Amino acid sequence: MKLHEYQSKQMFAKYGIPIPRGEVATRPEDARRIASELGKRVVIKAQVLVGGRGKAGGVKLANNPDEAERVTSQILGMDIKGLTVHKVLVDEAADIKQEIYLAVTLDRVQRRVIMIASAAGGMDIEEVARTAPEKIIRVAIDPFLGLREYQTRQIAYAIGLDRSLVKDFNTIAQGLYQCFIDVDGSLAEINPLIVNGAGKLQAVDGKILTDDNALFRHGDMAVLRDVDEEAPSETEARQRGLSYIKLDGEIGCMVNGAGLAMATMDMTQLFGGSPANFLDIGGGAQADKVAAALRLILADPNVKAVLFNIFGGITRCDEVARGIVAALEEVKPHVPMVARLVGTNEEEGRQILAAAKMETAKTLAEAAQKAVAAVKGEAAVVKLPPVSLKPLKYARITIGPKKAAKKPIDRSKAKAQPPAMKSKPAASKSKTKSKAKKK
Amino acid sequence: MSILVGKHTRLLVQGITGREGEFHTKQMIEYGTHVVGGTTPGKGGEWAAGVPVFDSVKEAVDATDANASIIYVPARFAPDAIYEAADAGLKLIVCITEGVPVLDMIRVRAYLDQKKVRLIGPNCPGLITPGEAKVGIIPGHICTPGGIGIVARSGTLTYEVIYALSNRGMGQSTCVGIGGDPINGTNFIDVLQMFEDDPLTDQVVLIGEIGGSDEERAAEFIAARMSKPVTAFIAGRTAPAGKRMGHAGAIIEGGAGTAAGKIAAFEAVGVRVAQHPEEIPDLVAYAAR
Repeated sequence: MKLHEYQSKQMFAKYGIPIPRGEVATRPEDARRIASELGKRVVIKAQVLVGGRGKAGGVKLANNPDEAERVTSQILGMDIKGLTVHKVLVDEAADIKQEIYLAVTLDRVQRRVIMIASAAGGMDIEEVARTAPEKIIRVAIDPFLGLREYQTRQIAYAIGLDRSLVKDFNTIAQGLYQCFIDVDGSLAEINPLIVNGAGKLQAVDGKILTDDNALFRHGDMAVLRDVDEEAPSETEARQRGLSYIKLDGEIGCMVNGAGLAMATMDMTQLFGGSPANFLDIGGGAQADKVAAALRLILADPNVKAVLFNIFGGITRCDEVARGIVAALEEVKPHVPMVARLVGTNEEEGRQILAAAKMETAKTLAEAAQKAVAAVKGEAAVVKLPPVSLKPLKYARITIGPKKAAKKPIDRSKAKAQPPAMKSKPAASKSKTKSKAKKK
Repeated sequence: MSILVGKHTRLLVQGITGREGEFHTKQMIEYGTHVVGGTTPGKGGEWAAGVPVFDSVKEAVDATDANASIIYVPARFAPDAIYEAADAGLKLIVCITEGVPVLDMIRVRAYLDQKKVRLIGPNCPGLITPGEAKVGIIPGHICTPGGIGIVARSGTLTYEVIYALSNRGMGQSTCVGIGGDPINGTNFIDVLQMFEDDPLTDQVVLIGEIGGSDEERAAEFIAARMSKPVTAFIAGRTAPAGKRMGHAGAIIEGGAGTAAGKIAAFEAVGVRVAQHPEEIPDLVAYAAR
């Protein structure tokens, strides 16, 4: 779940992080009132859950309440990368002397929460990572020790912060980390953290992303979700416990399992079609869930055929088949349907579908070809060339010798010690190296 | 003995009285897995799927000499179940549960690493050594004993590949689903090393997907350490950036973790990447020459 800037900053404030005075407005006249209450130059910022709003004209300065009202009326209703602006944040304008980037996020390779900081604040951090990776400081945080003060000092010195600010910086960094942990974050970011005219640190922009899997222990946070910012179909899917992402193609895909769903999408493209969606009905899908999934797919007017690909493991094929049949009876689909069921209770599943007169297929390739043919006609189905077995051109030496020379494979040792332990330092080192190269 | 599980496995099922737990315990027993018991707090003394139920893992291990555990409990209880199994002395834990918060997994993994406990998953289909033992939910009837090791981040896509291989008479040594979460117990490199060391595995099929850099690191590892041939498949060529494709870990972030990047990483070290799952048997047949 993504939080808006204003929600994120309010959250930060609870953890002792200084933020500018300000308020949210949904009408231009509110912005006027807020600006006059603040009594100084303000900045009007569109609240949309997408990056790059500044470049899109969603952030503007206003010198007085009149201007604030005018600017707000321009920004409200604006379309930023497909999202409509419904709210603006009216903040007192900051006098910026120095901009810092500070964030807490996950490092998948190190399997740690990390704090990232850079003296190049105010910019897109991915851009900084590409152009000047040496300007980015990363500190891994031990899950049992938490963020230690020596670490925040180390960061403060590394980004060249004035020594008089190190103590305040520690408070902010600790607050940001604690906030991240408390909300089950996947990102808590201050960009920029500024040194203002009075020589004080202040968070002028903020962003929080949280882990949807942890929502069960954050009942209070559900109210923060802005459903205006989601496609309605995605909202419904989420409420149904389905994983659905709308795409631009014409073949609706209903698949169990995320990996297989992606492979099925890829397959429609391989045979000349294009996927209308990603949809994973998940493990143990019940009949009503499958019916809801089918309604979701068919609600998309671009869908010209539906491809079901169900490989039963934890999902039983007879249940899925009953779900499909129940949904067909209810929805009365107007497009051709191709189904493929394999796995646990597959015989029962196929019998149920055959009785409902659905087109069935035995393999994924066959199912994908039938779906593409149903949409574009038999002639449009791409004939795949036979598997190419020409030798690949590659240089075997790239990374091999150096690593192998350092650590020859010692099989007796490998047995005594789980390989995870051995490969960890080497793996993480090479990761940073390859990352640095890429960026 | 192939890898991780086999005839020697004495399995304990955590969450055995739940709907999925009981259903799949029956399936595992039917396949021939040696399931010695199960746990559900508060239901000790009862029976489920024909095996005794205990209140705690410690009790169950003391009574049954279990040496591995599989977890079918809901996500909010899964970390606790993993800690309980580790503290009861089990050295192999398989967690099927989907939706464990990632911050919990960071602590779980750090704790297990200290105790030298191997965790497979979470959010995974488990593993199977065909003809010996099935620990998880991979449908047994599609598997055939043989010499191909399979390691994959997804569940049902793995079945697809096993099915395609079995249909061509190509058997598997062990199939390992490592799970689709950003932080899991076991990664590609761990399993590749085990397959490399396993005399019953002739070659390996690796099934990856978008997100993270586990495949790229696997490619480096293959170049440096593997003598056995590896064939790969990557799902998500058509996945858009910035969207989580079902699996918590399947997301292209900041332009990194794309299918194209992973395919290039494999091809750069001589690993063939199939265009679609049903092409894998052809590539495997080629690699076996």
